[in-house]
Amino acid sequence: MTEPEIEQTETVQSLEPEVDRADAPARSAAEVMSIAEAIIFVSDEPITSKTIGEIIGEDKETVQAAVEELQKEYEERGGGLQIREIAGGWQIATRTEYHEEIRKFLKTRPSAKLSLASLETLAVIAYKQPVTVPEILEIRGVQSASAIKTLLEKRLIVTKGHKETVGRPMQYGTSKDFLIQFGLKDLTDLPSIEDFEDLVQAA
Amino acid sequence: MDEQIEQFVFDFHKETAEISTGANDELKLKLGEFAGPLDLLLFLIKQEQANIFDIPVARITDGYLTYIRLMKSLDIAVAADFLVMAATLIEIKSRMLLPRDPAAAGDAEEFEDPRKELVDQLLEYEKFKSAAQMLYERSTVEQAVFQRGAIESDDNNAEISATVFDLLTVFQKIVVRHKDQVTMEIEREEVSLSDMIKALKKRIFDEIELNLLTFFEEMHTRRELVTAFIAVLEIVRTDHVKLVQKKTFGDIFLKKVEAAAPEAAGS
Repeated sequence: MTEPEIEQTETVQSLEPEVDRADAPARSAAEVMSIAEAIIFVSDEPITSKTIGEIIGEDKETVQAAVEELQKEYEERGGGLQIREIAGGWQIATRTEYHEEIRKFLKTRPSAKLSLASLETLAVIAYKQPVTVPEILEIRGVQSASAIKTLLEKRLIVTKGHKETVGRPMQYGTSKDFLIQFGLKDLTDLPSIEDFEDLVQAA
Repeated sequence: MDEQIEQFVFDFHKETAEISTGANDELKLKLGEFAGPLDLLLFLIKQEQANIFDIPVARITDGYLTYIRLMKSLDIAVAADFLVMAATLIEIKSRMLLPRDPAAAGDAEEFEDPRKELVDQLLEYEKFKSAAQMLYERSTVEQAVFQRGAIESDDNNAEISATVFDLLTVFQKIVVRHKDQVTMEIEREEVSLSDMIKALKKRIFDEIELNLLTFFEEMHTRRELVTAFIAVLEIVRTDHVKLVQKKTFGDIFLKKVEAAAPEAAGS
């Protein structure tokens, strides 16, 4: 009648739809919400509605709607947690208001901040990617070799092939870790670079 | 002018420069450095309260050179890029001093403001400087957000580490199999342990993943087999290599562990 339970030791090597729901009763919206919440909680990386859908056998629109509803509930509850979209997926995280208390508990310090040179280099790469070292030099007016090294080490930038011009220089772009560390949904979440132009004129 | 010390502080990052103007207008460098010549120029322009679209080149150049001299006198290494900019400023200054070519006087369009290129560069740079500030603020906010740590699951531990006992089991299998094979014990050159290790490393480097069973089966003599076994233990102990068993009682693989390298895929 019921199939034997899948042993924990067998590994899932690829993300295939595991559940055939053809004969199972349809889930209620509330149920989808709860299941999605549990999965988002357990996932150590931001997870997409599509992925959740594949695992539980629902289509991604259903999941998307459920999670958005869940997000609203979290907001209304105003508790210590929030559900947000980051680096293209959903994530449960703490609210910024409580960071001090949390730090007391975790006994961690904020990680070392990037230097001004690194931040500038990162900004250029983020907005102009894929971009080469000479192109970065043109904008910053200064060599960025050590900044690039730092950014590569922190996995904030990655190489993105070569530019098909003389010398085939290496190109750089931002990584997924960049989105996560800077709290971005995706690159379009960055304010337009032209917005900064207005600040310039006002100064 | 005020008697009090004017301080220009870039307060979003401790490492940027603080230049305070003493009552007698002497520039005193307090700490840190500018992110580049453009950064310094922007600062000087602000300090002069000059219009970026009509930079008083002579005064700005003077301020710039003063700063360079100051850095040198304080024994701070001046990056080459700062000197390139100094040269550029001096060149612009001299071009501005030269009288206009009377032959071209009639055509106002053709006369290019020698400052134009620099101004364009400064404006472009300032956009990214502001963007950097934005990123800094974002990361500060992000540092106040926490998520729960990874929960160990089969997926993030997909490859169960094989123990030495699993390895021994595989080895035993081969030794038994080996016994049954008829091999001519021809006197052959002994493969030393270091050679074996070298060969093994190369194999892993080339193939990334190496099936141990296959590897052991390639050994011709018992002695080679033992040497191979020790080589595997040694390489797992010392190098960026790990033993992996995808299924319980499955084949054991030697897998290269990637050292921290830039990811190939981006976001």
